[in-house]
Amino acid sequence: MDPVYIARHPAAAWRRLEDEVIVISASDSSLFTLNEVAAEIWECADGRTPLAEIVAHHIVTRYGVGFDEAYRDARELVEQLAGKGILIVSGEPITGGDGR
Amino acid sequence: MSRLLGEVHEKALRLGIPWNVHLDLTWRCNLRCVHCYLVQREGPELKLEEVSRVLEELAACGTLFLCLSGGEVMLREDLFDIMERARRLNFYITVKTNGTMLEAEAVRRLAELNVARVEVSLYSHQPEIHDAVTQAPGSFARTMAAVRELTSRGVKVQISHVLMRQAAASYTEVRRLAAELGATYKLDATITPRLDGNAGVLRLNVPHAIWREIYNDPELVGPLMPDSPRSAPSALAELPCSAGHTACYISPFGDVYPCVQFPLRLGNVREQSFEKIWRESPALLRWRAVRNADLVVCRTCELHNVCSRCPGLAYMEGDLLGPSRLDCEKAYARTGLRPAPWGGIRRA
Repeated sequence: MDPVYIARHPAAAWRRLEDEVIVISASDSSLFTLNEVAAEIWECADGRTPLAEIVAHHIVTRYGVGFDEAYRDARELVEQLAGKGILIVSGEPITGGDGR
Repeated sequence: MSRLLGEVHEKALRLGIPWNVHLDLTWRCNLRCVHCYLVQREGPELKLEEVSRVLEELAACGTLFLCLSGGEVMLREDLFDIMERARRLNFYITVKTNGTMLEAEAVRRLAELNVARVEVSLYSHQPEIHDAVTQAPGSFARTMAAVRELTSRGVKVQISHVLMRQAAASYTEVRRLAAELGATYKLDATITPRLDGNAGVLRLNVPHAIWREIYNDPELVGPLMPDSPRSAPSALAELPCSAGHTACYISPFGDVYPCVQFPLRLGNVREQSFEKIWRESPALLRWRAVRNADLVVCRTCELHNVCSRCPGLAYMEGDLLGPSRLDCEKAYARTGLRPAPWGGIRRA
């Protein structure tokens, strides 16, 4: 499996509200709410931790789902967020996201 | 307010989060606008490290929307240090400025820091009228140059048009100018008293006939007046205003208020943590207990659904639970009907 790295876009502003994360893009003011699982992935998106590691350590163990299914869903999620312009997805570690 | 934003706002209210914070970094200004609501005040402004601590406290309390303003905010030499710290804390930042000090390098940094919007004050599309309001010759030209530089760098700009008697009918032209510049347009048609209660500046308000035009133009004010809590979902609709519930204001000297236009002092961040003030201020808790049903005159007024009653204005007029006469006048302008404080529904 090729490594995938994710970083929050530097134009994204965000806060956790209970089990959700609210994200707003400074570029176009689009607003997003991320559910509990997506919020976990979002908070781990530091540009340095591979997505597979995030899924294994934060999703599989916490939610008791199989890795393959969780990873497939996570890949779909991060591609969607990248399409919205609030997440950066790369095959290399990322600098310049908001993990800086 | 979009449905999603309304739901999030409702959640912030339920959780007691100061979702929107307006932070004035200075009251110093390089202009002398004739309508300015600020008053002279001596005393040291919050230093960079104090502002940084407040930002950390706000982030911990859940604040997302941060408005940096003044005075003229560009007079803070550490403004970009403050903004960098705010962005590291993931705030959504808007900046209010008169634009006259915004040169290319400052604009480049605003763009680099992903400032969501810069709100630039404008008083007329005619340089001589704008400059007469600011009492600073050449200010219109400098402001226009800043707006062009901002938009050329991709920074979103809102022209904040304060309408006053000197240019009473200028909103059509200023709105057109904003569109030409690639900026959005926001009209503020009400001059409010100074924060010390001095109402002398109210003479600058536009004639009633202009208010009538404006408050019946849905492109300018929407189906309800902007930011009316009555346009929001249920829990917010019972409140007189979101000020002090999901929003607050912090002065350059650290004083905390429910809103920039609501001079009910709640505490000072130099003396207590922001969170302690937000959670425990006796004045704030008393204000938070107020519901629309407690408003002695307004609760019976048949115009309450089209009124944007401002509790801060009512407070400055002398009665927190009473009507704000300025808002009564706007409701009258909108409907042609006399509001309750003037004797109830009666055609003008």
